[in-house]
Amino acid sequence: MASIDTGGEEAVKGKPKKLNLRVDFTPMVDMNMLLITFFMFCTTLSKPEIMDIAMPTDQEVEETEKPKVKESRAITLLLGEENKVYYYVGKLEEDAYKDYNTIKETTYSTIESNEGLRDILLERNADAVKQMRELKIERKEKGDRMSDEEYKERSKTIKGDIDALTVVIKPTKDASYKNLVDALDEMDICSVGKYAIVDISDGDIWLLENYRTKGAYGVANSAPAKK
Amino acid sequence: MAKAKKHSTVIDMTAMSDVTVLLLTFFMLTSTFLPQEPVQVQAPASVKEIKVPEHNVMNILIDLQGRVYLNFPREDIRLGALDKMSEEYGITLNDKQKRAFKEQPFIGTPMNRLPGLLDLPLLSDQDAAMKQFGIPADSVNNQFARWILNARSLDKDLKITIKADQTTPYPMVEKVMKNLVKIKENRYSLITVLRGTPEGF
Repeated sequence: MASIDTGGEEAVKGKPKKLNLRVDFTPMVDMNMLLITFFMFCTTLSKPEIMDIAMPTDQEVEETEKPKVKESRAITLLLGEENKVYYYVGKLEEDAYKDYNTIKETTYSTIESNEGLRDILLERNADAVKQMRELKIERKEKGDRMSDEEYKERSKTIKGDIDALTVVIKPTKDASYKNLVDALDEMDICSVGKYAIVDISDGDIWLLENYRTKGAYGVANSAPAKK
Repeated sequence: MAKAKKHSTVIDMTAMSDVTVLLLTFFMLTSTFLPQEPVQVQAPASVKEIKVPEHNVMNILIDLQGRVYLNFPREDIRLGALDKMSEEYGITLNDKQKRAFKEQPFIGTPMNRLPGLLDLPLLSDQDAAMKQFGIPADSVNNQFARWILNARSLDKDLKITIKADQTTPYPMVEKVMKNLVKIKENRYSLITVLRGTPEGF
């Protein structure tokens, strides 16, 4: 098939031979198809993304180095079983342990709807969200005139404001890794700059158990002593 | 009766070839090779849009049972860390085993099992064997922390990434995170796959 055949049947002496230079490309196409198939199976188009996190140290921190947050502006998320999130606001006083409704239950939000965790965070962090949105619009309008550093600096100021929301994430042993990533994602979406992943305390476990049994657990077991 | 016209059955494949070459070029330029991993894990989705850095990334892989595997970026780090580790745990590897170690991208066995694992001829056999062990990371025998500290001593700029399946129970991941904090590696990255940002954010 592949043919560079000489054209004329009867070559006339003295006349240059008429060459047919048509090359059959079928094998070439076959080979290319094979290579494409190979690449499609053995490679991936999407490179994975990374999410940077910084964990608090387990060393003792000097009082002056501790970040300053308003306790009233803090919300604690307890990542529970079966994609449930429990939360309470502020610091819990002694009284809070008497009522099993101290903690509330919600779910993770999805891309389509803000219902659940996102709504709660957005509502409590409305100022920062609004400012961040304005900053993003400004950045879009200015284009190259706003440098990445300036943008980072300004978003840091907004998120680090003393009145901005502080979130404490406490995953329980029933939570999955996806729950943690979802919760961290929500921090990004809701412009929460101050958040930390913290170990769950005995008090939190007690509260969860009390909530699940609608107070029955609290009657039978006394709340753990505060540390 | 008219004689049926004789059509040429040869189709010009040049255009087709052009298209396939274009496609091929596209795939070669845009895609990256799937990393060979001892266990397949599905990373959770996130809205973050920062790509994994190309170089100097140390990858920690956690499977569903909480077993830990390690992957070092460069050959000199891999071999340097191996030398230190074999010294610490009194394991000697022959040249053939060292060569096998170079080819196996992941570390996933306790030190005393390493020579036996490296004697297996096929990479897939090694992966299968690895799945039974994982690197010990408990407080009694924390080889995981030793590996990381040894690699860190060779290159200070190594970044740490953690890859775990989205259904992994949190305590499995927590164990690794706690270990990292203990050796003062407080900053690291979680590997995720991209999903869309919700409307308006």
